[in-house]
Amino acid sequence: MKNVATVNVDRGPIPWTERIYLGPIVRGLGVTLRHFLRNVFGKRDVATIEWPEVKRQYSERLRGRHILTTKDDGSLRCVACYMCETACPANCITIVAEEDPEAPVEWEKRPLLYEIDLLRCVFCGFCVDACPKEAIIMSRQHEMAFSERSEAVVGIEELRQKGPIEDEDLGYRPYF
Amino acid sequence: MDQPLYQFLIIPAVKIVAILAVLLLVVAYLTFFERKVLAYLQVRLGPNRVGPKGWLQPIADAFKLLVKEDLIPSKAERFVFLLAPCLIIVPALLVWSVIPFTGETTVFGLLSEPIPAYLTDINIGILFVLGVSSVGVFGIILGGWASNSKFSLMGGLRSAAQMVSYEVPMGFAVVSVLLMAGSLSLVRIVEVQREAHMWFFLPGILALGIYFICGVAETNRNPFDLPEAESELVAGFHTEYSGMKFALFFLAEYANMLVIGSLVAVLFFGGWLRPFPNVEFLAFLDVIPPFFWFASKVGVVIFIYMWFRGTFPRYRFDQLMAVGWKWLLPLSLANVAVIALGILVKNHLLKG
Repeated sequence: MKNVATVNVDRGPIPWTERIYLGPIVRGLGVTLRHFLRNVFGKRDVATIEWPEVKRQYSERLRGRHILTTKDDGSLRCVACYMCETACPANCITIVAEEDPEAPVEWEKRPLLYEIDLLRCVFCGFCVDACPKEAIIMSRQHEMAFSERSEAVVGIEELRQKGPIEDEDLGYRPYF
Repeated sequence: MDQPLYQFLIIPAVKIVAILAVLLLVVAYLTFFERKVLAYLQVRLGPNRVGPKGWLQPIADAFKLLVKEDLIPSKAERFVFLLAPCLIIVPALLVWSVIPFTGETTVFGLLSEPIPAYLTDINIGILFVLGVSSVGVFGIILGGWASNSKFSLMGGLRSAAQMVSYEVPMGFAVVSVLLMAGSLSLVRIVEVQREAHMWFFLPGILALGIYFICGVAETNRNPFDLPEAESELVAGFHTEYSGMKFALFFLAEYANMLVIGSLVAVLFFGGWLRPFPNVEFLAFLDVIPPFFWFASKVGVVIFIYMWFRGTFPRYRFDQLMAVGWKWLLPLSLANVAVIALGILVKNHLLKG
């Protein structure tokens, strides 16, 4: 370790004019005064978003409340394969399958009961990733307040898509 | 109007009620203004939901603190715990009895003869103010100790040490103003500033700086607010207080800020005098009541308090004590010496 090349980065003692720190103090005061005067008397340029009159715009990849998609005839695309229930890290999906009497060759089952406990859900999107039929996607609706815990367990009727798919506020979904 | 009943009971009672009512209202709305001013300094909006543009926020805060549960920790010293908020609010309000708001006034011509608008003018005005506001330190120490909590105790002791050590340079800064004024009475100090055609902040600019910095330290405000900083000591000496007792600590802090602001206005900026009080050219400004000048000077000082709070980081406690003892005390002593020398030169050597 004797012949190691070193560089001296010592800046020397700080002169007393810098140690009393008066210059940076005045500059700091100037910055805040500029902010104050601009926001009160000039163009108001604050970082506050005044909810609920103004809401933040989220991207189309936001993982919000789930939607169970439907086919053109109005029946759910879900075939009760249990992939989403297995993939869910929070164990919030409960599915009970039944035989689909109108099933063609492509599938056999449909969900009798499909419940998501929205208070347990961590909104990770694994169910959307796991689904082979694009039967569950997520919207951009994130404001869900419940008065009782029982209101948070939503079933097929609350989750299914209402109306054409373009009308929903779509969020995280495959191949968008 | 000269009967003893009027002179000693009714007029002072009316003045006391007026001063207390205005003071409590101003202090309550100071909390609102602090939040708004700090917010605009920090590029955000303050409270703007309660009432029109947020103006009813202090009413909501007062109501909340009134109905909040008043806890007393079980192992706390009960009597001292209840006494501490009294010891801090009473001096903060008592000091207002000697602060001159305006000179002689007829209340817009309602009264037949002018009466002084302040409560009283004792001939040791500034000494009374300094002495009574020092009693507030008792409230802090006792409040911190009686809470029986380590955070409160540390906060109370630190705050007491800080307040005591910053009172010394503050006293010396005031002494330099007294040398120029020649009297301890606050009304006399304002009148000397009118007679001398010069407000005391011009020769006493260093005294003004020292006095204001010590004032910020006395009221435990940023950058000297380590004893009550939320991130350091939870809430320092008033951690265990809730409800109305906490409100009294808070009001006492804002009342102390107003006292420092009023003293800056009276000692250095001519109290209720308008700018250039002896210049005839600006006599049209006399239509503005003198209280407006006093209030605007105090308002500027309060804005500077909030400006400091929004700008500076906090001093560490050893840095704080170092600033007080190693920097401000020698500076204030030097300031007294220079001003005394200046007065000697002016009075004896320049006159003839």
